[in-house]
Order: sequence, then structure tokens, then C-alpha cells
Amino acid sequence: MSAPHTTPGSTGGSETPGPLHGGPDEEYTPERLATMTREELDLLGARYDGVQVLHVDPAPEPGSRVEKAAVRQVAMTFALAGLSAFAAFVVYAGSGWFLPDWQWDITEGGWSALFTPLIGGLGGLALTLVGVGMVLFTKKLLPHETAVQDKHDGSHFDRVTTGASLMGGLNTYGLARRKLITRSLVFMGGGVGLMLLMPLGGLIRNPNVGNPLGTTSWTEGMRLLRGDGSPIRPGDQQPGSLETVFPAVPGGNLESDAATMLIRLRPEQVSLERPREGQDDFGYGDYVAYSKICTHAGCPVSLYEQETSRILCPCHQSQFDVTQGAKPVFGPATRPLPQLPITVDDEGFFVARSDYIEAVGPTYWNRERI
Amino acid sequence: MARTATAPGVPTTPLGKAALEIDDRLIVAGPLRRTLNKVFPDHWSFLLGEIALYSFVILLLSGTYLTFYYDAAMTEVVYEGTYAPMRGLEMTAAYESTLKLSFDVRGGLFIRQLHHWAALLFVAAIVVHLLRIFFTGAFRRPRETNWLIGVALLVLSFAMGFTGYSLPDDLLSGTGLRIVSAIILSIPVVGTWVHWAVFDGDYVGEEILGRMYIVHVLIVPAILLGLIAVHLLMLVKQKHTQFPGPGRTEHNVVGNRLFPAFAVKAGGLFFIVFGVCAALGGLVQINPVWLWGPYNPAQVSAASQPDWYVMFLDGSTRLFPAWDINLPGNYTIPALFWPTVVLPGIIFTLLAAYPVIERKLTRDEASHHLLQRPRDVPVRTSLGMMALAFYIVLMFSGGNDVIAEKFDISLNAMTWAGRIGLVIVPPIVYLLTYRICLGLQKHDREVLEHGLETGVIRRLPHGEFIEVHQPLGPVDEHGHGQLAYGGAPVPKRMNQVGGARRAIRGFFSPIEEPARVELEQRRDEHGLSAAESRELTTSGRPSDGGRPQEPRD
Ligand code: HEM
Ligand code: FES
Repeated sequence: MSAPHTTPGSTGGSETPGPLHGGPDEEYTPERLATMTREELDLLGARYDGVQVLHVDPAPEPGSRVEKAAVRQVAMTFALAGLSAFAAFVVYAGSGWFLPDWQWDITEGGWSALFTPLIGGLGGLALTLVGVGMVLFTKKLLPHETAVQDKHDGSHFDRVTTGASLMGGLNTYGLARRKLITRSLVFMGGGVGLMLLMPLGGLIRNPNVGNPLGTTSWTEGMRLLRGDGSPIRPGDQQPGSLETVFPAVPGGNLESDAATMLIRLRPEQVSLERPREGQDDFGYGDYVAYSKICTHAGCPVSLYEQETSRILCPCHQSQFDVTQGAKPVFGPATRPLPQLPITVDDEGFFVARSDYIEAVGPTYWNRERI
Repeated sequence: MARTATAPGVPTTPLGKAALEIDDRLIVAGPLRRTLNKVFPDHWSFLLGEIALYSFVILLLSGTYLTFYYDAAMTEVVYEGTYAPMRGLEMTAAYESTLKLSFDVRGGLFIRQLHHWAALLFVAAIVVHLLRIFFTGAFRRPRETNWLIGVALLVLSFAMGFTGYSLPDDLLSGTGLRIVSAIILSIPVVGTWVHWAVFDGDYVGEEILGRMYIVHVLIVPAILLGLIAVHLLMLVKQKHTQFPGPGRTEHNVVGNRLFPAFAVKAGGLFFIVFGVCAALGGLVQINPVWLWGPYNPAQVSAASQPDWYVMFLDGSTRLFPAWDINLPGNYTIPALFWPTVVLPGIIFTLLAAYPVIERKLTRDEASHHLLQRPRDVPVRTSLGMMALAFYIVLMFSGGNDVIAEKFDISLNAMTWAGRIGLVIVPPIVYLLTYRICLGLQKHDREVLEHGLETGVIRRLPHGEFIEVHQPLGPVDEHGHGQLAYGGAPVPKRMNQVGGARRAIRGFFSPIEEPARVELEQRRDEHGLSAAESRELTTSGRPSDGGRPQEPRD
């Protein structure tokens, strides 16, 4: 190696490669490597990577019956895979051309019901066979070698030299000494970090402006409408029946917290009825109206079992007793379903007397405060 | 190093020349050789992580296709598509686009179902992979970091599952979203604030689908990709663990080199996983959203069930008693908070911290590259089984209404059975597992000491009958084996030590010669001294009526 050139305009380095490159080229000259067989070279490279091949179960002898059978098997698997793949393609491309149309039709049978299973089944079969063929190929036709590779622990040399480079470099920054820079960096980091997070502030909105969680669209005199928009009179429902009703506002039937159950109690239920304190007059005759939104996690409660007077929520099976002010009698719900005060307007249709007097739906931290 | 056209080692074939051109520029020959030579241990349970990886690839491919059609808009539209039963119905654009994908895009339904099946398989593979890591102790030093990444992957895959499930905006997914909204509201102090940030206001608002979409297709997949890359890089760097066995030590890996065999096998596994997902996607209907109908907050379909991996949370929510906590100042901690936020928080924290906990308790600070058999670590195995039992009770409780209906049991009874089961089943499972582990350990030791049962009964001169045992190795003067247990499986049947010749290959007619097979087997008799086992195998019985056993005590 010649000394590095330092003259301006020169490349500044030695013209020949130094000793610290790539493989052991000094020892294994091209001439020497050229005398080795491919297998020897393979094992040499492996040894250089810390790998030693311990033992090889040879592949079946070329031309033997075992080999021929295995070759046939693997080839057959790949051929079947190809066949199945082509078939999937024909179904996919041919439907609506020379095969019947693939699109869904009302008959619930025929080609459109077969199209998806066929492309999936044939395509899946093709891919699986590709995989099976590859596995068979390695198992039956490749030699099985057992190799062992060394595991290295960290090198002390590497640790010490890397540590020196790192600490030496950091030391030249001199931050431990130059306190003013360190302090300004901390200050800057805080400021810039805050600035970068700033846009996320746009996500934050105050949930306590007005009372969005505690109010719904129900107001005094608003009609109770069925899902199809028709109003209801007291004579319309059978005793023991339940109707889901919505406030008479545009889109009322899609509001997430306004859905209400209008229930007509049976005579024996009426005699049993014990409304919640201060809500005796919330019903109208034998009608009561409760929020449909479960006080547990907000699912619509929907299964009304009139023999037991219970409403069951399908999500976690809370049960509410309609004769006891919709108190929860089983399951994870903790609060009764809120009751909507109702009456009848001058045309004889059901209307709300006001909004719910408490928040409907699931409990939250400051629910009792608003 | 001047080269001439005639210098040795200069490539002459076109392929060789091309390779030289590449290596001249990129210098990749060295790293490439190291990669090809990398040794992978061979055990079926090491394929579980690969299955997770491959299903992730399938999810990326199929999911990208779905984005060509899916529209995350929440504007109300009127359906006019092919599916006649829904024409004229109002629905969100998101649901409409899902119907379009299912009915108006050629093969769209197939890809949708493929995506869903691959997602189920993905989470399942991760969970089973995690169990194998846990029960074999692969998480021990130096692999704790990879365990942490694994737990993060698991949590993120839940997030992927939930956001994906919500995108179609059908009745089922809408119900799930509503429950999540309630869960967010249940967080003490900040619940409503978080809800307002996530939903941009009250439930349901206009933003949530669009936000979940970007989380599902961009943010979480990007994080998953990054974490999986680190997970695998670390695996390569730290090298794979292996089960103890002949020639395997803490300082080596015994197995196959990546090339040629391992790579083809791994590729084969990828195609099999892909094929199975595709076949399921075509043949087995999943999440037929057109049967659920568009989301409407006032409707719910009976027996609404989340995907399997969320069922344990549904179960905990059903089982937790109605205990709101009222604090002074009229503040409430809703009952919902405990089973849905606190419980999973505890579960995942314990899971993530387990390697550290075990290290602290056992004071085992050493590096381990050899795996353990679950029976040899009875406390850990029993703890794991106990946790699994806890999880399974919760999971079944998530479907307790279905069970109640199918078997005509009262729902209330099911709920109470779940509550009680959650407390008593896990400890019982712990004790049982512990006993089983000890029993298995004992049997291993017994075989090492007394040898294998041969099924050969011999009558001693004084009339006593004994069963002849085949020792696995050298014996002392009492006929007791001297092999120590090495953490590897102990053969339990004569056939495992060459008691019988392996079957001759050939389906209709033999394609090998029996004599050759015999020869071949004699050649690579591992472990056993060939002469000893041969005596037993040739005639099927010990030639001298038994090796030097004493009658067993
Ligand atoms: C996206 C999900 C995941 C993918 C794609 C994945 C992929 C893989 C693959 C291919 C391996 C090597 C093969 C094997 O040991 O099975 C591996 C190893 C490992 N995985 Fe995962 N994995 C995932 C999730 C997890 C989870 C959930 C955990 C644990 C909580 C975990 C912990 C580990 C550990 C500790 C190793 C090293 C094991 C060893 O060297 O024996 N991984 N992972
Ligand atoms: S949402 Fe009704 S019980 Fe949970």
C-alpha cells in the first residue's frame, strides 16, 4: 500500500484496495478458486458464513423408480394447479359471454349463485396445489441436508471501538460544557414539539357546550311518528304491543338517540304498574313511552316479552321491567330506560310533553351534573 | 487487480456476466451468500409466524383491490343497484359501495370474502404463534423486545379488525360502532372529550367512517409493516431458537439452509395459505351485509356477534355486574368502563410484561436459544393454561345467548355460569395442568431409567413374569439407563427407535426394494447403537429373551 496522496486534485487515497475488503481474496486467489468444484466452493462459502453441512440424505437416484414416481407426482400436481387456474379464468372471463351472466338475480340459484364459489374454489385449489407441489418437490426430490450454523455473541472489539467513536464524537459537541446551548436546545425542543402537535388541536371540541348528550329532538307538542312517518292515536295499538316511534323532524327516524318505544300495557300490567318517583303522569292512559337506547352501551333494546313485562337488550342481555318504570332487573345495565312524557294533541294524536328529563343512552362521567 | 479475458474465474456464460455486472455496481455477492446459507431450524410450530406473515400479505393485496371501489362517505343515498330486495332503500354511500362491490363488481364478492377470511386467519395465526412463543419460552432473553413487538402487532391487528369490520356500515357493524362509542364515553374524566375528538361530536356524526377508513388502510398498515420488518430483522439478527436435540446447543442452529430447500418450502406454504383463504372466500359465505341491511340506530339484528377475536370482550361486558360507581360531586364511573377498558388494559399489560415478570421471579438472567418443552416448566405452562381458560370462559360468554337458545338454557343461568366459571375454572385448570406436566416429566424419566416397553413378556426361571424393557442407552449393573434427560422428546414406542422398518414407498406397487431400505436404515441409525436395536428388529423379539434387565422394582 502506498501512502495516501494529499496533493490537491488527487483522489486523496491509495490507488489499490486496502486489506479490509470483502472475502479472503488473499488466501483464495482466482487461480485457486478456479481449481475447485462447484460443490467445494459452495461448502467453502458456507464455512465462511459459519455454516457446516453435517449430513446429507441424498435425493432419489436419477432414473430410479422412486425418482420417476416422485417426478410424476410433482408434475401432476403442478399440471392440476394449472388446469384449475385456467378453469377459474374461464369462469371469470366467460360469464356473461359464452357462459350465463354472473350477476345476482332474484332466482337465488343458477349461475350467479355458482360464480363466486367457482372462482374461489377453483382459484383456491390452484393456489393450494402450487403450494403442495412445491412442498412435495422439496420433500421428495431434493437432498435433505442437515446444516449447523454458529451463533456469535457480541464482540468486545466492536463494542469498545464503537463506543469510542460515539463518545468521541459526542465529546466534540461539548454540550456538557456549553450549558447555554443545552438549555436553549431543551427550550427549543419543547416549543417545536408543541408546534408540530398543534394541528391535532383541531380535533379537540368541547362536549359541554349546550348539552348535546342530555338532549334529543323531542320537544313539547312534537308528534310521535311511526317509522313510515304516520302519527298514532291511542286506539291504534293492541294492549301488550310495542311500536317504535320517532320525533316528527326531518330525519327523525335516523337520529341516534331519539328512538322511543311506545308501549300499550295490558290491563293486568296497568294494575301492577309502579312508575318512577315523580313520573306517575308521564304515561297516557295505558300507554307508556320509554327510550329505545339501552342505558348500558347504547344498543336499541328491542325484544319485548309481554308475559313478563320485560324488555331485553340483545347486545348484553340487560332486561328492563316496563311495569316498574323500565328499571333494569337483570344484566349489566345500571339505570332505567328514561321515560318520555306523552299526551295527546287536539287532533287526538300522541305528542311528547317535553324532551326526556334525563340523558338517554349510556352513562358517562358527568351525566348526573348536567 | 487487473483482469484479462483469460484470467481464471472470469465468467463466460451470459448469466455469469450479468451477475458480475450487478456485483460490480452493488457488491451484493457477500450478503447474498450469507442469506442463502442462513440456517433455519425445522419444526412445524415455527411455521405459525410464517402463516401470520403470509395472511398479512394476502390482506394487503386483497384490501388494495377493495379500495378501488369502497367509498367511506356517510351521505345518505337511495339504492338503485342490482340487488332487488334493497332497491329504493335509504342508506349511506359507504353501505351502497359495499353492496356494489358484492353485486356489481365481477369477482368483488369473492375478494371481499377472501379479505375477511384472511383477516380471521391472520389474527388466529398471531394468537397461536404467540402461544407457541409463550409455552416454549422463546420470549426469554435476548428476545424480550421481539415479544413486545409481537404484543403490539396483536393489539394493532385487533384495531385493524375492528376498523375494517365497521367500514361496510351495515346493521351489524353499526351496532358494534355504537358500543365502541359508549365505551369511549365510559372513560372517567376525559370520556366525553375523547368521544368528541374521535367522532367530531356526538354519536354518530359525519366524520367517523372516513377517519376509520384512513386508520384501516393507511395508518395501522404502515405501522404493522414497520413493526413486522423490525420483528423479522430481529429474528434474523438473533437467529432462530430451536428445540434441544442431538447436536443442538445454545451456540448453534441446526436445520436447513435457506437455499435451496427452505425457500421452496416456505414459498409452498405461502401458496397453501393463499389457496386456503381463496377457497374459503369463494366457498364459505362470510359477513353477508346485504342480509343485515343498512345501519339504523333504532334497529338491531338478533344474535349480533362480533368476529371471534372480539368475543371475549363482549363476554366480559355481559358478565360484569351492574356496578356504577358514584363519586362525590355527582360524577360517575360507568360499569361499562371496567370490562371494556380496564380488563383488556390489564390483560395486554400482563402479556407484554410477562417476560420481565418471569425474569424477576425466577432470577433467570441468562440468554436462552434452546426452547423448553412445556412440561419442563410446569408453573409457566399452568399459568398460560389458566389465562387461556379465563379467555375461553369470556369467549363463550360472548355467545351465551346463542348457547342459551340452542340448548334451551335460561340466559340468566348462562350469565351466572359465566360469572362463577370465570372465578373457579382458571384455578382448576392451573392445578390440572400442573399435575399433567409432572406426570409427563415422570414418564420421561421412567423411560430413560427403565427403557421402553417392548410388549414382550418373559417368564423367569423361578416362575415370575416380567415385561422386557429396551434400554435407550448404556445401562449400569442394575440395568438402569444412564442417559440424563436433555430437554428433548424421549421416544416412547419401539417403532420410534427403529423397532420396525419404515414402510416401503409406492402406492399401487412397491417402488423400492425392501433390502435396500433396510440397508439405508442401518446406515443412518441415529443415537442408538445399531447392534443393540438390530437384535430386536430383525426377529421382532429379543433374540436372547431379553436384554440385561433386572425385574423392575
Ligand atoms: C403480524 C403478526 C406477526 C407476524 C407476521 C409474525 C411473524 C413471525 C415470524 C415469521 C417468525 C419466525 C417464525 C416463528 O418463530 O414462528 C416470528 C418469530 C417471533 N415472533 Fe412473531 N409474528 C407476528 C406476531 C407475533 C406475536 C403476537 C408475538 C408475541 C406476542 C410474536 C413474537 C415472536 C417472537 C418472540 C419471535 C422469535 C421466536 C423465535 O426466535 O423462536 N410475534 N414472528
Ligand atoms: S347495550 Fe344493552 S345490554 Fe349492553
